[in-house]
Amino acid sequence: MMARNHSRSLISVADGLRELFSLAATAGSGGGAARRTPSQMPNAVDVLRRSHRLRPLETLPWLVAAAAFFLLPDYLALGAQILLAVLFALSLDLILGYAGIVSLGHAAFFGVGAYAAGLLAVHGWGEPLSGLVVAGIAAGLIGMLSGAVILRTRGLTLLMLTLMIAAMLQEAANKAGAITGGTDGLQGMQVSPVFGLFRFDVFGHTAYVYCLTVLFLGWLAARRIVHSPFGRGLIGIRESEERMRAIGSPVFRRRLVIYAISAALAGIAGGLMAQTTQFVALDALGFERSGTVLIMLILGGVGRLYGAFIGAPLYMILQDRFAQQDPVYWYFWIGLLLVLVVVFARGGVLGIGERLVRRRSRRS
Amino acid sequence: MTAGEAAALETRGLCKSFGALAVASDINFRLERAARHALIGPNGAGKTSFLDLVTGRFPPSAGRILLGGADVTALAQEQRVKRGLARTFQITTLFRGLSVLDNVCMATSERLGRAGDLFRPAGSRRDVIDGAYASLERLGLADDAPRVVRELPYGRQRLVEIAVALSLKPEVLLLDEPAAGVPSAESGIIVDVIESLPSEIAVLIIEHDMDLVFRLASRITVLVQGKVLVEGTPQEIAANPAVREVYLGERAPT
Repeated sequence: MMARNHSRSLISVADGLRELFSLAATAGSGGGAARRTPSQMPNAVDVLRRSHRLRPLETLPWLVAAAAFFLLPDYLALGAQILLAVLFALSLDLILGYAGIVSLGHAAFFGVGAYAAGLLAVHGWGEPLSGLVVAGIAAGLIGMLSGAVILRTRGLTLLMLTLMIAAMLQEAANKAGAITGGTDGLQGMQVSPVFGLFRFDVFGHTAYVYCLTVLFLGWLAARRIVHSPFGRGLIGIRESEERMRAIGSPVFRRRLVIYAISAALAGIAGGLMAQTTQFVALDALGFERSGTVLIMLILGGVGRLYGAFIGAPLYMILQDRFAQQDPVYWYFWIGLLLVLVVVFARGGVLGIGERLVRRRSRRS
Repeated sequence: MTAGEAAALETRGLCKSFGALAVASDINFRLERAARHALIGPNGAGKTSFLDLVTGRFPPSAGRILLGGADVTALAQEQRVKRGLARTFQITTLFRGLSVLDNVCMATSERLGRAGDLFRPAGSRRDVIDGAYASLERLGLADDAPRVVRELPYGRQRLVEIAVALSLKPEVLLLDEPAAGVPSAESGIIVDVIESLPSEIAVLIIEHDMDLVFRLASRITVLVQGKVLVEGTPQEIAANPAVREVYLGERAPT
């Protein structure tokens, strides 16, 4: 059966979700399999050829996001923050889920982007799109510079260095209070309307659509990257660096490139936060934000491209609910949930979904 | 082979010490073009370390490494691969979570210089996929193409190791105990594959099984305690008293 072949074919860890999609997709399609060469192309080759095509289920996040815009008009401001958190978590997935680089300091790039966009807006450059570009470039540069140093290390050392880079940047931002506002935060941002037309309103209409559009573009880029030969190579690095070197892959350069790309995306997410909230505080660079984005990604599922789309909304909605129910101890419940996920549901929510689908396809 | 022609692979005065432990001392070695050469020696003689030095997994303390006459001592591991040097590992080192086809595609894509490509989907690279599939077919691995490596029997994994190395289209192929740990029923296939390697590839094979060595190699180098003890044809090696001493344990190997 087709589904069976899919389910044990490609990149089982990283692209588990793709399997899920292909299960949904093969029922309707099959057009790809019809065109076969005389020698009857083997299934493995077909699977690889079709691996990058869009599955129907991949449109789901966008349908949900669009529906939320119309159905939940009171929550658009929160929605915009969720969308930019998705982008931030997606950027982390590129390095953690694909290249296997664990970071406890990813907020460094989020914060650099936030301050870059924020400072521009404070100093009279309120045009938001160019502000985001600058945020991405600034964070990407910091990613490349810091990566050039710390990516020579591995494991625990690397983990500590990511933490330290973020801590150093936060301390620098604190010290440079004359520029950043220090502990008071960066105030007085003047963000112009998007395209000169759409003012950022108090209800978050503009912010929501703006964040959704940027997230969509970020997702397109990330999806393109993970399906490219470069993206496959990242999975190779995660699976076995030794082997990658033995087949002639410049491992250090590959890691550095994805680290810079991931940093740039994180910076754009930070820029979105600065522009939509018109405020940047030191916590944009903080350890808590680095930890939170990691938790979001683990909740959703690492290395699947869509973990961010589940983990970030889940985390932020739960946080919203728990904080209402239990304003003092809400973090306890988040912690409990994380423990349960890590112990019983490795691969996060997407991991659970994959197991369910696999079990069902085995029975049929 | 004329004496003046550059060897496929050559080391001159190659030394490597880890602290007081010398894993290679003054190794002068020539692997001729199209050769079938075996490297043998007791456990801990430094055979795998020699491969690690040659491929650049770690730098030598002294000495030079030449590939086709060109000095590659200062080159990084991946640059030596680009110059036609491929190896397999004693302990299977594959992408265990990926399919067999993906494993070979990864190497093929590196060889064709496509692997740094950020934007074109990997699935649209017909040259890579077809090339990878063809090299699987040659080794009789086509049926295993969609299977995840970790689900394969060990003997098959060893074959995939060779398939990956071959898909790099090497001029020099280093095989580190390709049949070790494989049940004898399956090791025959591996020996067949090695025997049917394209003759223009220079092959250096590390192996413990003497039957296999005598069957595959036309030249043998014996390594003991990081030094070349003797080199010669299989007949010379078999008749050499020093080699017999080492292998019969009359002199302690370490």
